[in-house]
Amino acid sequence: MIISIASGKGGTGKTTVATNLAVSLGGGVQLLDCDVEEPNAHLFIHPVFEKKELVSTGVPEVDETKCNLCGKCGEICQFKAIVVIGKTVLPFQELCHSCGGCMEVCPEHAIREGERVLGEIELGHRNGLEFIHGRLRVGEAMAPPLIRKVRAFAHPDKLTIIDAPPGTSCPVIASMKGADFVLLVTEPTPFGLHDLKLAVGAVGILGIPCGLVINRSDMGDDRLREYAGAEAIPILMEIPFDRKIAESYSRGELLVDVRPEWKEKFLRLYEKITDLVKPK
Amino acid sequence: MKELVIISGKGGTGKTSIVAAFASLAVNKVLSDADVDAADLHLIMNPQATERHDFQAGHSAVINLDQCTACGLCRDLCRYNAISEDYTVTRMDCEGCGVCVYFCPEKAVDFPLKTCGEWYLSETRFGPMVHARLGIAEENSGKLVTLVRQEAGKAAEAKKLDLILTDGPPGIGCPVIASLGGASAALIVTEPTVAGRHDMERVAQLADFFRVPVMVCVNKADLNPDSARDIRHYAEQKGYAFVGAIPFDPVFTKAMVAGRTVIEYDNHTEAAGALRQIWQKVSSHIGLRAA
Repeated sequence: MIISIASGKGGTGKTTVATNLAVSLGGGVQLLDCDVEEPNAHLFIHPVFEKKELVSTGVPEVDETKCNLCGKCGEICQFKAIVVIGKTVLPFQELCHSCGGCMEVCPEHAIREGERVLGEIELGHRNGLEFIHGRLRVGEAMAPPLIRKVRAFAHPDKLTIIDAPPGTSCPVIASMKGADFVLLVTEPTPFGLHDLKLAVGAVGILGIPCGLVINRSDMGDDRLREYAGAEAIPILMEIPFDRKIAESYSRGELLVDVRPEWKEKFLRLYEKITDLVKPK
Repeated sequence: MKELVIISGKGGTGKTSIVAAFASLAVNKVLSDADVDAADLHLIMNPQATERHDFQAGHSAVINLDQCTACGLCRDLCRYNAISEDYTVTRMDCEGCGVCVYFCPEKAVDFPLKTCGEWYLSETRFGPMVHARLGIAEENSGKLVTLVRQEAGKAAEAKKLDLILTDGPPGIGCPVIASLGGASAALIVTEPTVAGRHDMERVAQLADFFRVPVMVCVNKADLNPDSARDIRHYAEQKGYAFVGAIPFDPVFTKAMVAGRTVIEYDNHTEAAGALRQIWQKVSSHIGLRAA
């Protein structure tokens, strides 16, 4: 089973929920941090890393001795990632979406597939919990292909918890698609609610069941609960604001370590999720 | 004309509330919201749109099944697995590369332009604002960010305003890259947490990469004063201007619920005082004339 933890708005507590849920469930669980632009789960899990691999994507490399400057590569490329200007062909590798069109179309077979590094994946563990995250190379624009590589480590027989990035565009979709359940972490503020509605829309397009965790549940206003009630989105857990929790979070400590009574609550959260997934 | 972009790396550090506060303090400016896939600034600014435009970018393949002979070439060539066994294209998976369109022997693939969202030119109580709405699950957020910033620049020029205040997106990927290019300066709003610190370092590296001068401020500073101090030292060591710290204050949430800026809501809170000082430093740092 795959549970993806998303939010719309950033900073609502996705990583807090993902890490504490994973640690509460313990051995045999996988935690994949798919917020590859700003991965944070490792700062709370403190995993022992055993392996690191670079992840690349295909980009054109031109053999100028074979190229006759026909310009077909520039015609097919929708991303302006390869152009013929005067007597040279110029690949702009940072713009390339790796569709392979230029290689396929080149009549002289002058283009071969080189590589652009997207980032790296690190694999590790903590007390039987398997931990994997991606780190996008600073300056690289495209997160989704790296996210898909991180997700490829999901084991079909295991429980996989995914920490998704904020927002509602392609990196979030890449982190939610194919999940059995999306847990949306939000806060009862106007920004939290506005972005939650967008996230619920994205989950709806994907046709995945979802439920809410309300963080800092005693701040803000009632509009979030009214919305959840009207849309029949179940509220599965509420975490009130607690300065001690906030301070320990700031030091990279897990909620279940600082307030052990929360472990039970995260286990119950998991039970509620499995109940909601079952009917399928 | 100057453009200040507010970014953070980590989400939820207070970018939008701080941009809104600056909107209360700055004069002669245009507001732009570059967080196009989860835009929130309008919830405080209450903009009245004077112009509304479709945002069109990229194409999406559509197979015309009357002409398709199911030869399978498109499915072989598509690197995004966007074409199903019954030859329909999943729009969400289609990257718009046009490879299937080009190679289809039957010319059975249409390639219409996609409408991915909308953008608006609006009036607010603080002056003009350019903002947008990316369709849910759509692509091309970077192009929409670039468009919003360009239109904000045009609005500033038309009204002879000398500042663009841009609310940036979280992260370091495509929309953040699109927010930074060519900006006069970036203000990183971070928080004194391990995650805030980690993410600030990465987004600061990105700003360095694009040669955009960096300023740093710490929000919710009293949640971990040691970490706030470390961030200040880090910034100074790296040659970034450290422009101040803001205490953790429920007034941020209260102002948001009321649809007001922190300055409008109560100008006498400690947070409001800190924001005024920060704005003073930021504006002198980027060379704005004093109001």
